Parts: sequence; C-alpha cells; structure tokens
Amino acid sequence: MDALEIARWQFGITTVYHFMMVPLTIGLGLVVAVIQTAWYRTGKPEYLRMTKFWGKLFLINFIMGVATGIVQEFQFGMAWSEYSRFVGDVFGAPLALEALLAFFVESTFLGLWIFGWKQLKPAIHLACLWVAVIGSALSAYFIIVANSWMQHPVGVEMINGRPVMTDAWAVFTNNTALVAVPHTLFGALAVAGGFLLGIAWYHLWRRRHDGVDTVGADGRVIPGEDARIPGRDRADHKVWIRSLRIGAVVAMISFAGTAVTGDLQGKLMFQQQPMKMAAAEAACHDGTGFSVLSIGNVGSKNCDDVVAVIEVPGILSFLAKGDFTTEVQGVNSLLPEYKANYGTHLPDNPIYGERAGQEIQYVPVMEVTYWGFRMMIGFGGLAALAALVALWLTRKGTVPEARWLMRLAVFGILAPFGANAAGWIFTEMGRQPFVVAPNPDPSGIDQVFMFTAAAVSPGVSAGELITSLVALTAVYAVLLVVEVKLLVTYIRGGVVSAMPELGHAPADENEDETPGAGGNGDTKPADDVLAFAY
Amino acid sequence: MELLPTIWFIAIAVLWTGYLFLEGFDLGVGMLMKLFARNNTERRVLLNTIGPVWDGNEVWLLTAGGATFAAFPLWYASLFSALYLPLLVVLLALIFRAVAFEYRGKVDTDSWRNRWDWAIALGSFFAAFGVGAALALTTTGLPLNANGDREGGPLAWFSGYALLGGIAVVGFSLLHALAFLALKTDGEVRHRARQWFVRLLPVLLLPIASWALAIQFMEGKPWTWAAVILAVGAAVTAWLLARGGSEGRAFLALGAFLVLGTTSIFGAVFPVVLPSTLDRAFDLTISNASSSDYTLGLMSIVAAFGLPLVIAYQAWTYWVFRRRVSAAHIPAAHSFLPAVAAKAFTTKG
Repeated sequence: MDALEIARWQFGITTVYHFMMVPLTIGLGLVVAVIQTAWYRTGKPEYLRMTKFWGKLFLINFIMGVATGIVQEFQFGMAWSEYSRFVGDVFGAPLALEALLAFFVESTFLGLWIFGWKQLKPAIHLACLWVAVIGSALSAYFIIVANSWMQHPVGVEMINGRPVMTDAWAVFTNNTALVAVPHTLFGALAVAGGFLLGIAWYHLWRRRHDGVDTVGADGRVIPGEDARIPGRDRADHKVWIRSLRIGAVVAMISFAGTAVTGDLQGKLMFQQQPMKMAAAEAACHDGTGFSVLSIGNVGSKNCDDVVAVIEVPGILSFLAKGDFTTEVQGVNSLLPEYKANYGTHLPDNPIYGERAGQEIQYVPVMEVTYWGFRMMIGFGGLAALAALVALWLTRKGTVPEARWLMRLAVFGILAPFGANAAGWIFTEMGRQPFVVAPNPDPSGIDQVFMFTAAAVSPGVSAGELITSLVALTAVYAVLLVVEVKLLVTYIRGGVVSAMPELGHAPADENEDETPGAGGNGDTKPADDVLAFAY
Repeated sequence: MELLPTIWFIAIAVLWTGYLFLEGFDLGVGMLMKLFARNNTERRVLLNTIGPVWDGNEVWLLTAGGATFAAFPLWYASLFSALYLPLLVVLLALIFRAVAFEYRGKVDTDSWRNRWDWAIALGSFFAAFGVGAALALTTTGLPLNANGDREGGPLAWFSGYALLGGIAVVGFSLLHALAFLALKTDGEVRHRARQWFVRLLPVLLLPIASWALAIQFMEGKPWTWAAVILAVGAAVTAWLLARGGSEGRAFLALGAFLVLGTTSIFGAVFPVVLPSTLDRAFDLTISNASSSDYTLGLMSIVAAFGLPLVIAYQAWTYWVFRRRVSAAHIPAAHSFLPAVAAKAFTTKG
C-alpha cells in the first residue's frame, strides 16, 4: 500500500468509528432531553430514573465521540494537506464555525448539565441539556455542510486554480446538505430508538425471568418487586416499559424520516453524482429496474457476469426521478461522458506522485456501493419492522419469556449502527475517484473538482501514515472494548447504577443481603457541591 | 498591510492564548494527579475542580485549529502535515485523557483508577508538550520547501526549539494549575498548592520566558520587547501576591503573564505565520497563506458575534461552579449493586 491508500484507510476507519458514537450522542441526547422535560412537567419518579439511567449511558458514549472527533479535524491538515490547501477557503469555514458556534455550546452546556444537578434550578438545568442537544444537532449541520460541498461544490469561483468562496449562502444552503442533515439526524434517532428498545427489552425480560413481574390470566403484566435489590420495584417496571415504547416509536418514526429524506437524496444524487447512483445499483446498462439481488461479480466493470436475480421494474426510475419509466443511465453510458469531461488519465503533475499519468477509474468499487446501499436500507428497514413487532408483543405490558427474543432485541441494537455506517461508506466510496466531486449543474461550476489521488500530504511518508493507522486503530479497538464493557456493566446494573441513592433508601434495611449498597448511605455534607460523577 | 488577514492573525493568537489560559490549568491539574495529589480523595478534589469545564476548555484547541484551517489554509496544511508524528502523539494523549476523566470513577477498584490516573497524567503531559512544541516551531520555523511541504523525513521538525516549547507549556501549565488549585480548593490541597506555587514559580516559568526572549532576539520589535518586560513584571507580581495569600489575584497576574508573553511572541513573528528554515523566500505569511477577503469577512462577522458569546457563557459556567472544593465534599466512591448481576441474584435457585 502506498501513502494514499494508507491515508484513505485511516480516514475511513477513524470516521466510521467516530460515527458509531456520534449518532448515539445526537439521538440519545434528544431522547434524554424529552424524558427530563417529562419529569420536569409531571414530577413522576420513573421519568427521573429514566433521565438518570439513559443519561449515564449517554455520557459514557459521549466522551468517546469527543475524544475521536479531534482526530477528524486534525487529520485534514496532517494527512491531506493538498486537499486542505485546495479547499481551505470554502471548506475550513464550516469546520471553524462548527467549533465556534456548536461544539463550544455542546461541551460547555453538557458540563453544566452533568455537574449542575444541585447547583442549578431545575428549569435552568433542563434548559442546559436542551441547549447542548441543539448544539450537537447544529454541529451535525456544519459538518454536513462541509461534507456536502465535497459531494456537490457550490458557491465558489476558481481563482488561481483554487475554489474561492463567493456565495456563502449557497454553501450553507447547499441542497445536498439540506436533505443530508435531516437524513443524518433521523439516522441518529434510529440508533437511539434501537438502543432504548433493546436494553429495555432486556430488563423487562430479566424481571419476568427472575419472577419479579408475572402475567395474569388475561395476559396482562402484574408488576412486582424484589425488596432485596435496590431499585427493583414497581416503578422500575414503568421505567422499562415506557423506555421500550419510546424506543420503538422513535425507531419507526426515524425510519420513515430516513426513507423520505433518503428518497430526496437519491433524486439529487441522480443529478449531481450519476455515477454513484449507477454504482449503487451495479447498473452497467441503462434501465428502470431496481435490483433486489444481483449475483455474479457486481464489481466487474463490463457486467458480463452480473445477473439480476430479483429485479423490480420501474423502481430505479422512481428512486431517481419519481416516475416509473425514465431510463436511468448505467455505468456503460456514463463512462464516456466522464472521460470526455474530466479526462482519461491523471495529468502529469507531481501532485499525483507515482499515479501521475495513470488511467482514471471512474467507476467506484461496486461491491461496496451495491452492498453498502442495500445494507443501509436493509438494516434500517429491519429495525423499524422489529420495532413494530416489539410494540405488538409488549402491548400487555411486558415482554414474552422467550430468551431468543430478548437476544434478538439486544443484538438488534446493532442494526441501526450498521445502517449508518453502511450509508456513509456507500456515499463516500461512491464519490471516488473524486475527493471533491464535480458539480454537473447546468449553471455550471463544473471545473471545481479534485481527484483523491491529488489530496494526500506530499511531505508525509507512508511510514508515518502506517504508524498512525496502526496506533489509532489499536487505541480505538481497546477503547471500544472498554466502552462496551462499561456500557454493559451499567446496563446490567439497571437504574440504581446511575442512581446510587436508590441503593440506600430507608426501606432497605437488611444490609447483609445487599452488599455494597449501603456503604456510604449517610454522606450528605450540608453543602453537597459534589453530588456528581467524578 | 492587509486588514482582514491581520485581524485573523490576531484572532488566532487570541484563540491560542485562550486555549493556553484555560486548558493550561486543566492540563496542569491532570499532570498534578500523579505529582501532587497524595491519595484518592485528593485526586478526586483535583478532578472535580476541572470536571465541569475541561471539555469546554479543550474546544479552544479545536477552534484554534479550525480557524487556522479557515483563515490560513496554507499555514494549517503545512504546519499540521510537517508535524505529523508529534501531532499524532497529541491526539492520542487527548483521547486517553478525555476518556480517562469520564471512565475513572466508573469502576470502584484501585487498579482501574490507577490506570486511568496514569492516562490523565501522561495524556496531559504529552498534550501540553506537543502543543508547546508545535507552537514554538510555528514561530521558529520548519524545513519547508516551495510548496510548503516538509523536507528531510518524519523527524526533520525536531530542534532545540521543539524541546524548549514543549517544556515551556508543560512548565506553565503546572504552575497555572497550582494557582488554579489554590483558588479553587480548600484545606490541605489549597495550602500546599500555594506553597508549591511560590516555591516553583521561577523554575516553571523559566522555559516559557526563554522562548519569548529567544523570539525577541530573532524578530523582536520595540513594543514586543516591552511586552516581555511587562510579562516578567506580571510574573513577579504573581509571586508576591501568592506569597501574600491573594490567590485570586495571583491567578490573574499569572494570566496576565501568559497574555503578555504570547502577545510578545506572536507580535514578534508577525506577519510571518510559519517561517521556512530552508529559504526565507518560502516563509508562509499572513498574505500568502490566507483565505480570500470574502471568507475572512464572513468569518469576522460570525466571530465578532460568536466569540464574546462563548466567553460569556463559559464565564457563567465558572460562576456556577465557583465554590471551593475540598476533601470534605468528596463522597465515598459508590459501588453499585447490579440489579441483575448473575451472582447477586438467586431468586430462582
């Protein structure tokens, strides 16, 4: 592998990893804010418990998003200096504004929320969380504005070989971004929905399994309690059934949201990046049909052995144009257009390194785009369907006793994560060989594009890149294990893991049976400055 | 002289100064976790002084980086790619440090805490050192060719100035943290922090003062020389105030030292943002490295509104958490009883 390929692997790995934490942060943050609002308005104890429990998991995850986010900003300059020089005038602004207007808000107000339970008035405390949640959504907006400019460059003029921003409004209201932002936010909510559903299902199952909750003759749940374990009372049942239903509803709404916005994105992509659309379909020839399953080598460039086993006529046209008859261009008819517009070979310019003069591969890796597209839709749809089934199965107030259903619900948490990752891998790999894709708009700034081969830092050696690739991947892997272990510990711990005060309630007297719960029951200094995390 | 690039040069100097001022003490507190705190309660006192604010402080680094990218893309690209390995170390350090803050208290065993304490201390050290080295090198120069790319391989950035800058920021952060702890804690920690501050001030400020002086000898102008002299005066004032027991004023005086010091450094190198040690013709300056006036104008408008807002709500955060923290406030670590841990539950059995 040469420097370019290593740098691409590094960007891919660190970004996909970062974007496991980010959607959970965005989605779960909103859910926790809504729940805390419910607590603020009703004062019901189960909402406080939900806020604390889901808030704790939110924070364990949040910090990983923060830690891995800095890498994202730094590596543009570190590994992609030519890219940074080329696009800096227009691409740097949304990144700087993200830090200044969004990330500052998010991290400062989240700090206030974490530590301010006692210091702030309840309304202010709640408002801090809302401000932080809005900050993280705003942060997503700025980042996607930057990304959308790479998919669909607008608002610039080429001056001295570099795109120079001339119309900030066009950049910040890029239609690519305006549909990608809601798509991403719904995708994030889908992750949160699955997370709530799976974990709440586990706890409801556990309560049934342990004999705490029973089911009456009519099939309705009879919540019980186990006095020996802190927090396993009747309110605990409410915590989980309510969480489960919120999760299921959120999962279904967000799937509908991703479908609608994804459809809009598809129609834009058909105009803006026709090759990506064709590659999503592994469509070599023009046509109208959407392939549900193609076999053979979907990655082959001439399509000789690709056979669409199941194909629905008209659907591809619908995805692209909104009717059932427009022929969607396949790879074979797009290729000559790309070659005519952007050349057949990389120019003989030292910026391309050893790739100078090589033939340009305009077709993305179709195995990735074809399957990425299908995994995104498939995982997303499965999660929504599962949520619907879950609502039906729990209509009488608890989950069935079957262990396999519980396992399915827990592992189902991964499906929306998979859909998010697949979607991003599809859209970024589908943009290749461009790092800034040309904008074929008739209004015309077609000459603003950049090949990925020209973007990497010329001064940075393959050795440096491989060092960072190995180091970051290893550290990320270790931290993922730590994070998941901590999450599992706190999930198993249930609400009391986030609310130790439940552990030393006055009713809880038989301390020998609940070791560890009463150890520090009466630490209540008059000025409890520190009723918090560290 | 171009107006907008000059404004953005100043803005970036302000962002770096803000970063060093704010994260300076939380990096220092991180290092003091292993150097200063004597037991777990003291370590938790230290952590809780910065707990609500460290993340907001760190955003100053991201903003400085992002603003450099937006306002001076060529500076950003050359500096970050030339310093590939040291910045990788900074990134890894910041990752471990951030995660450690959050995860340290999540499992109640000594070995778990100890591991994360080391992550905090070493993470803070390497982050401070790396940022200091990078800042020093952007003032003293890197071996850049005509395209702004580093010549001479992965370690070509290394020089005495890298070491000096690294030690300078580490030293300043430690001292700033002692001043901060004297201001933010009570009892034994407060007393000892002030003692250490008074005793260690000369030695901890020596490297950063040497860096500022070295720059003056290379590029100094009369007014930046004056800033250095004022900075030394501020340091002496901080020392006298701390000795006299005025912790708040000592902290502010040290802050004034930092502001004057960075002003003297940035002021001296202006208008060069990144000199080339190969050929001064390849220097990156505010003119040849900056974005267009349109972009800078847009950013100026947003920053003129955004930056004061940030400062206002961050100041409010410090106001909310203005209480001194002491060992008496630290509750015992809570080891929760898992509701469904296998061995804790035997109903069915």
